[in-house]
Amino acid sequence: MSGFLEIRGLSARLAGTGQRLLRSVDISLPAGSVRGLVGESGAGKSMIGKAVLGVLPKAVEIIEGEILLDGQDLQKVSPGERRRLIGAKAALIPQDPLTALNPSRRIGPQITDRLVDILGWTKARAATRALEVLAEVSIPEPERIMRLYPHELSGGMRQRILIASAFAAEPKLIVADEPTTALDVTVQKQILKLISELQARHGTALLFVTHDLGVVSKVCDTLSVLYAGKVVEDTTVERFFAAPQHAYSSALLAATPRHTDPASSLQPVPRVVLDAVAAEVAASDSVWRPNGGAGG
Amino acid sequence: MADNRADNIFEVSNLIVDVADMTRKPLFGPAPRLEILKGVSFTIPRGAVLGIVGGSGSGKTTLGRTMVRLTEPSSGRMLFDGHDIAHLSDAAMRPLRPRIQMIFQDPLSSLNPRLTVGRTVAAPLNARANDSRIREALEHVGLPADFARRYPHELSGGQRQRVGIARAIAMRPEFILADEIVSGLDVSSQAQVLMLLEKLVAELGLTLAFISHDLSVIRRLCSRVIVLRSGEIVEDAATADLFERPQHAYTRELLDAIPTPDPSVRW
Repeated sequence: MSGFLEIRGLSARLAGTGQRLLRSVDISLPAGSVRGLVGESGAGKSMIGKAVLGVLPKAVEIIEGEILLDGQDLQKVSPGERRRLIGAKAALIPQDPLTALNPSRRIGPQITDRLVDILGWTKARAATRALEVLAEVSIPEPERIMRLYPHELSGGMRQRILIASAFAAEPKLIVADEPTTALDVTVQKQILKLISELQARHGTALLFVTHDLGVVSKVCDTLSVLYAGKVVEDTTVERFFAAPQHAYSSALLAATPRHTDPASSLQPVPRVVLDAVAAEVAASDSVWRPNGGAGG
Repeated sequence: MADNRADNIFEVSNLIVDVADMTRKPLFGPAPRLEILKGVSFTIPRGAVLGIVGGSGSGKTTLGRTMVRLTEPSSGRMLFDGHDIAHLSDAAMRPLRPRIQMIFQDPLSSLNPRLTVGRTVAAPLNARANDSRIREALEHVGLPADFARRYPHELSGGQRQRVGIARAIAMRPEFILADEIVSGLDVSSQAQVLMLLEKLVAELGLTLAFISHDLSVIRRLCSRVIVLRSGEIVEDAATADLFERPQHAYTRELLDAIPTPDPSVRW
């Protein structure tokens, strides 16, 4: 038995245009470990998170590959069963804490609904659990907060609530999709520390989608660098930051702001590197067979 | 003409912005005042790049909006090139407006989705779509001339932000305010936009105020940094000094919060 989450040879395309979105993606995530998915906008990093959670937009079709969650192939079960399986074992920490919460409903039911509807808990049990997790993310007076509306809370507080909500059902896997890009640096640090702490305490596997390599170096154990839906480098954080193997990875690292070394940071990714990685991705497409069997 | 220009493009002293705090308004009588900026003073020399840093709610955006007179300050003096613009009427402000431009945080919502890039850049110039100044502005920001016919939704985030920059520089302003212009972009577009701005400042002799919550992007671009917290300047220093010898505890807190891309530096 390998990782808790195993993605093997996953390819996806946009229905209609046939534009390739994911190209034979392999990702293995052992229980309790943290993997960063890194890349520019449009590289497909959020798409992988959505595929794992079964919330791909209708226009995106998976053409081959498998997603194994705790050994079960998500493609091979009925939609209802998939929903229960994912609901029980996985959760999402979304990017924007304001749009992720319903502005016209109180905080409490927004946390408990999922527990009641998908997992079939009683309302009382769900409410007790919600209070527990809110306390765990250091929200003062959880009883009072449960009765408030999202607009009455700051951005950092809202993100804490979404983190509490993600951990409420004790999932074994959490997908965090750029959870701190909407926050300022000091709040970002608190939230990242909180996520790491909870992840370690509960032994949750974490798939961390971000474009910020600084954040990756603080939170993740391993990372996959994506370009145009293809994993160009799959490595550990130590090895990556010591010496990235792929030219595109090094260029991405050189583009990252580094206040300790301003002269050698913030360098735009050179045209030649982009052309080379695009050519590499295109070359791997020619061996791809539209009707080929799933790998593994 | 250069002779009668003031050395400091902006001289701000004791700037106060307050609003009525309606959440604490008694049933009868006036609402108490809530101070957003509590007496801010600083100067920006011509040709300098000033970083304005602070957490959310520190007043950095309010300060920016006041400097370009989208907000009128409650009191204080604000000299732009020697003229006090703090309380100028809209009509008196108008001749100065072309000299003060702004680049906005969210490039998608600050561009009209119904206008092509060319017409977006042409609008403040009152120019036709084939005006040479448009091509020139697009050239400056590294966009091909045929982008003038595209619409904002056809562009990537980094390209949209370049259009915002082109619109600002087409007016040939002396001063540009950039409010969190890279926070919505991924690292590689972020680097491109910042390097572009660095180049334009040098080429066009611009003076720039750059608002950000992230000190790491400030280091490379800015010559001087002011740190705001709750509407007050807690530190005002040359960039190198601020990073090497931060004086105020809040500045140190901001510096410590930067995720340096190095796994050996623990938080």
